[in-house]
Amino acid sequence: MSVAHAPYEPVFTGKRAEDLKAILLRYPNKQAALLPALWIVQEERGWVSEEAMTEVAQALDVTAAYVKGVVTFYTMYHQHPVGKHFIQVCTTSPCLCAGADKVTEAFLRHTGCNELGVTSPDGRFTVIEVECLGACGFATPVQINADTIENVTPEKVPEILAGLK
Amino acid sequence: MGYPHKTHPRETAVLSKHFGDPAARSLEGWKARGGYRALEQALAMTPAAIVDVVKASGLRGRGGAGFPTGMKWSFMKPGDGKPHYLCCNADESEPGTFKDREIMRWTPHALVEGCAVGAYAIGAETAYIYIRGEFTEPIQRMEAAIAEAYQAGILGANAMGSGKRVDVHVHKGAGAYICGEETALMNSLEGKRGNPRIKPPFPAVAGLFAQPTTINNVETLAAVPHILNNGAEWYKAMSLSNPKSTGTKLFSVCGNVARPGNYEIVMGFPFKDFLYDLCGGPLPGRKFKAVIPGGSSVPIQTMVEAEATLMDYEGFVAQGTMLGSGGVIIFDDAQSMPRMIARLARFYAHESCAQCTQCREGTAWTTKILERIAAGHGTFEDLDTLLEIAENMTGKTICVLSDSCAAPVVSGIAKFRHEFEALITGKRSSSVPVAGRPTDGSQPRAVVGAA
Repeated sequence: MSVAHAPYEPVFTGKRAEDLKAILLRYPNKQAALLPALWIVQEERGWVSEEAMTEVAQALDVTAAYVKGVVTFYTMYHQHPVGKHFIQVCTTSPCLCAGADKVTEAFLRHTGCNELGVTSPDGRFTVIEVECLGACGFATPVQINADTIENVTPEKVPEILAGLK
Repeated sequence: MGYPHKTHPRETAVLSKHFGDPAARSLEGWKARGGYRALEQALAMTPAAIVDVVKASGLRGRGGAGFPTGMKWSFMKPGDGKPHYLCCNADESEPGTFKDREIMRWTPHALVEGCAVGAYAIGAETAYIYIRGEFTEPIQRMEAAIAEAYQAGILGANAMGSGKRVDVHVHKGAGAYICGEETALMNSLEGKRGNPRIKPPFPAVAGLFAQPTTINNVETLAAVPHILNNGAEWYKAMSLSNPKSTGTKLFSVCGNVARPGNYEIVMGFPFKDFLYDLCGGPLPGRKFKAVIPGGSSVPIQTMVEAEATLMDYEGFVAQGTMLGSGGVIIFDDAQSMPRMIARLARFYAHESCAQCTQCREGTAWTTKILERIAAGHGTFEDLDTLLEIAENMTGKTICVLSDSCAAPVVSGIAKFRHEFEALITGKRSSSVPVAGRPTDGSQPRAVVGAA
């Protein structure tokens, strides 16, 4: 049986259901918990599938199409699986003038991804350019999953990658 | 203290006093540094009295627009029977700006306290701090501080034993510059796409969840406890230039400069001294060429203009630009201005919510044309086209993202036209391609400039 046809395992069971319940208390309506609920999905599964969108929709009394409309608006929700280490290099002008393009090239080369947005053959890495990470004084900032690394230069890239499990 | 540099002798560290000091992060550490005295004092005052103090201090919004904070708060009418909300805008995404990040990383309780005071002053029981999703560490610091404050009874149904309810929650964004626009932020908080709303109604009438709402920047709210502790006169007296710009301001400095980082100065400080003394001047062997002083959305300054500027709301306007968010981006003589401006245009094209035609089409076409020029394939006609597009992008849309894209284009062509013309006539080829291609292909709105 292929993975695509495996039965969908709901995200919001056990502790995750409790988490969502606690989040709902913060807002006067259910819809406001949509972004937090999608974050929980992504933390659990690594990305937000169509089935997960349907599950979130049911939990928050909105339609699946509505959830998809929201998911597609925000760049941080992955709509397909990405590498184990999701690498975002800031290349907006304040970082570009400090050499961010060279940092991007170094990540593409050393991860074996070679192309932006393409996951490496071993499934470990995906490299993208990100718009302003809000750490311009520490050019070039790079975000790898939830960690932000400051002052990255092309020379530091091999060591950073070696430190990832 | 200071982070990443020690506080310069010419800085006035109020908000940044404890940057770099991990001991200031905990509730205990914050209280030892005078924390929560202002909230205790505020909860014993009437909301109107707090608003009066903030009005008298001259504090203006630190997020970009510079609207007087006390006046904004006075639009709210506590006791009108409706739920009120305070939103704290921590979606800091303006290229060049990274001050709110440091406030939240080093002094999270300063923001909790500012939010609690602000919420009480506008008659709100709930404050939401909307933090951009990429700010993983600031989010973690703020959540930890909020948990501590609830544990200690500072927040909750009986805030500091006052009998008044103050709740503060973190709401995590998910990657969208436009959510820093106030009404887009409210839509996002409501679980919607982050499209800005048409105003009126203004947030004070119908904001978050269609209820009266005030929205303030992180730095603005963090300044309020200091004003309550030291008095409006103390704050007002901190001005080197004119009484319309008071207090201290954090400036984030980045780009081609010796000492990038955050600096806190009194309003009216000479920009020339700031650039060459505090920030250490250019990198060895280089010269400064241009400055964008208020985040990427304000007009570019030449060095002649920048060096004549006094750093306050009026001072930047007098020299052809705006204070904005205080994100100072510096380019030196090794940089190609068309290339830098093209990359900024790509940023705006990527971040346009695409509601308004002028913005959706304008940012995309501006990017295509600028990248064509930067690659050495431009024509003189392109410059006229860019200015014509910019004209159609200014003052014609729901929010100012479109105007923000036009600002560096118009000022860049006006002040550095020779660089564009050199690329067009082929006197100097752009040796490096413009970075910034569509990202992972999964985000339809990320694909900009597709034919």
